[in-house]
Amino acid sequence: MIRVVLPQHLRTLARVNGEVTVDVPGPPTLGAVLSALESTYPVLQGTMRDHITLKRRPFVRFYACEQDLSHDAPDTRLPDAVASGAEPFLVVGAMAGG
Amino acid sequence: MSGVRLLVGTRKGAFVLTADGKRERWDISGPHFGGWEIYHLKGSPADPNRLYASQSSGWFGQILQRSNDGGTTWDTVGNKFVYDGVAGQHLWYDGTPHPWEFKRVWHLEPALDDPDTVYAGVEDAAMFRTTDAGQNWHELPGLRTHESAGKWAPGAGGLCLHTILIDPGNPKRMFIAISAAGAFRTDDGGTSWRPINRGLKSQTELPDPKAEVGHCVHRLAMHRSRPGVLFMQKHWDVMRSDDAGDSWHEVSGNLPTDFGFVIDVHAHDPDTIYVVPIKSDSEHYPPDGKLRVYRSKTGGQEWEALTNGLPQRDCYVNVLRDAMSVDSLEKCGVYFGTTGGQVYASADGGDSWKAVAQNLPPVLSVEAQTLA
Repeated sequence: MIRVVLPQHLRTLARVNGEVTVDVPGPPTLGAVLSALESTYPVLQGTMRDHITLKRRPFVRFYACEQDLSHDAPDTRLPDAVASGAEPFLVVGAMAGG
Repeated sequence: MSGVRLLVGTRKGAFVLTADGKRERWDISGPHFGGWEIYHLKGSPADPNRLYASQSSGWFGQILQRSNDGGTTWDTVGNKFVYDGVAGQHLWYDGTPHPWEFKRVWHLEPALDDPDTVYAGVEDAAMFRTTDAGQNWHELPGLRTHESAGKWAPGAGGLCLHTILIDPGNPKRMFIAISAAGAFRTDDGGTSWRPINRGLKSQTELPDPKAEVGHCVHRLAMHRSRPGVLFMQKHWDVMRSDDAGDSWHEVSGNLPTDFGFVIDVHAHDPDTIYVVPIKSDSEHYPPDGKLRVYRSKTGGQEWEALTNGLPQRDCYVNVLRDAMSVDSLEKCGVYFGTTGGQVYASADGGDSWKAVAQNLPPVLSVEAQTLA
């Protein structure tokens, strides 16, 4: 079970409050947790990464354990603390605008 | 009792304004989808309680919303807009080829007779259609693959398809406009398209001022009783066509400036049209700080300024291309929204105005629904 913190606008879209949890079948990779999120909450499809190319949207960032995972490959294994549920995986709207 | 519902899209959410047929007191609900850009909302002519809204964000992309109860509750529907086949290239601002990339939905146009069918005009310019109430969207690729498409270039706001008009007497005939490619018409339901820009002149914007494509058309309007007559607010120039776009002639007449974005037609008089002149393409505010709607009762050329109730000093707002609409009550109501967050309403065809909302986020679009 992976804990995920979504930004406010995606929580509103998904109609959830606070953290969510998702089951990730197989190795807990960056791509797998995003797929699990999109499967559990289909409304999030296209909001974090492109529908077809699966490329991260430019102003969306992925953090965990005080590390920026945004530029990691989709098959990058998440930190053990995230895989064990000790730490959350964070989806973040990048700082932008005035 | 009859009434009016205004669907207002803004930079930071959607607002629904309602009034009874007198249109004196307005209730405002919202923001719906607070914090998101709402480029456009529109109701189905076949079922006025079926609404669609385009919700987008620089962070999280495009979302489509649907309401079945007139905007009280909303559900997300499909947001997958994928160009059909090879996306191809258009011109970029610097004149080099640039790949087609989907960015957002600018305009939603529900079919006249089916609340589940909706056309979407998108950036980068293309037309999509849903026939299942928004769950799935498919491109009508004949427009984007038109032989001229490689010469299309974005206007300052992007390469956007922002206007869709459906001929009420022949729904297979539609008119669209793209900034900055121009106007196009289909006579076969969107399979094939032809540019309809003869008579347009873009003296300083194009190397060939009379080019077949490349004109920055800001808005088209028609009256449903006379779909062969079209009105256009171009970047500069107000234009009219009496042959379904085959040719255009200028009707700017005595306007103080013929730059602007909106144009619309009175609900009951097809020769009465409205524009909001804007000073210039680099000064996006009214001339002399006076917000004036101009009305022509002669189908253009002869214009009168409508000022009663509108600010006549120190006003430097803009009125964007999808931000004017009319109702069809006996005394036609006219509405427009500003980048200053005001929504102005006239219940007497433009003779007098009042602000029915004053402090909204910048207004991107206004659609009026006349309710039985």
